[in-house]
Amino acid sequence: MTEFLYEQDDALTASEGLTPSQTVGPFFHYALPYEAGPRVAGPERPGSLVLAGRVLDGAGAPVPDAMVEIWQADEQGGFVTEPGIYAEVGASGFRGFGRSDTDGDGRFELRTVKPGPVPTRDGESQAPHIAMSVFARGMLRRAVTRVYFDDEAGANAGDPLLRTLAPERAHTMVATRVEGGYRFDVRIQGERETVFLDVFAR
Amino acid sequence: MADLIAPETATVPLDPPYRFDDYRSTVLRSPGKALVVPPAGLTELTGPVFGTGDLRETDADLTVHGDGEAIGERIIVHGRVTDDRGKPVRNTLIEIWQANAAGRYIHSGDQHPAPLDPNFVGAGRCLTDDEGRYRFVSIKPGPYPWKNHHNAWRPAHIHLSLFGRAFTQRLVTQMYFPGDPLFFQDPIFNAIRDERARKRLISVYDHSVTSPEWATGYRFDIVVGGAEATPVADEEA
Repeated sequence: MTEFLYEQDDALTASEGLTPSQTVGPFFHYALPYEAGPRVAGPERPGSLVLAGRVLDGAGAPVPDAMVEIWQADEQGGFVTEPGIYAEVGASGFRGFGRSDTDGDGRFELRTVKPGPVPTRDGESQAPHIAMSVFARGMLRRAVTRVYFDDEAGANAGDPLLRTLAPERAHTMVATRVEGGYRFDVRIQGERETVFLDVFAR
Repeated sequence: MADLIAPETATVPLDPPYRFDDYRSTVLRSPGKALVVPPAGLTELTGPVFGTGDLRETDADLTVHGDGEAIGERIIVHGRVTDDRGKPVRNTLIEIWQANAAGRYIHSGDQHPAPLDPNFVGAGRCLTDDEGRYRFVSIKPGPYPWKNHHNAWRPAHIHLSLFGRAFTQRLVTQMYFPGDPLFFQDPIFNAIRDERARKRLISVYDHSVTSPEWATGYRFDIVVGGAEATPVADEEA
């Protein structure tokens, strides 16, 4: 085993600029996940569905210490402006934000609805999609992707992001319809690696 | 075609690369394909909004949840969250978590044979105020061993999670303490290859905030990016 010796220049001061990212580490479970976290929408809301899947590493093994977050529009394409993420969402409520840690099998599960159409800032229409962040021990930065839906084939074909990608790459961002909702696996690395996005800011 | 940016150059030298082999867990947990720049969509340019509703005042004090005083050096950690134009990021949620003074987390997976402290909760939250300021009361965390390599120790640190104004600004990071003797051997801290950027993660001892006969003060300012892409209504209000 190697020991490391990284040179540190004590005379050097911090430069101005953005604060760098660090890993969420292995010990976030008692601080970040919370009881109501996985419920973006209430169970009695029309169209309520389960978005679930597994986070897998480069060897195809489950990542049992990851955390998945989503942010999305409501069914009409509008964004929640009511404050708060911790309170219970209510039987037919919607809050746009969800957080789920993964279990021993790398599985996350969120209850939400399919979002309505949301345009780009330039007004171009996009297929319905959810923004997703993945954090984990061993990830020095979050990985960002989008969740699209496989029963929106027409909209997906015209989507300004999906249409620029090779079909087998685009496919990694499309959730599969299953009983009660959709399945979406995140493959962090490898042949079938999920498409990850650089969302400008970080 | 969408613009393609290699993972290693997408945001360097700011952020650490996804893959940094000295930190062994990154080897199988790092995207290997080029990141894709999506069109600027409103989903990524918005984010959850926060209010005082789901926070209690005591959420920002990690030392007042037991029957007695928490063990260790009581500290006040404060700072300002601004965007890359210097504007305050108001009413944004900051969540923190950390080891106790002995270097032990309240986590079932932490096997370090150091004592837990029933008077220290190890996690807290607060909102920034109208000037982007935040303040926590806590205990200075201890360093702790991990199994990354022989005789590996994490420098003392506090984990921070913050949202900013938009999905693009979401940030999880770690705050370190000045003069920590363990920096030289830590691959997580040193994965940030630009040393001047790395030093932004080291808090500054702040005597102006140190409270006489009670607690020492540390200042940690945070800058989130993406001001250009996010709505400006908040800052004009």
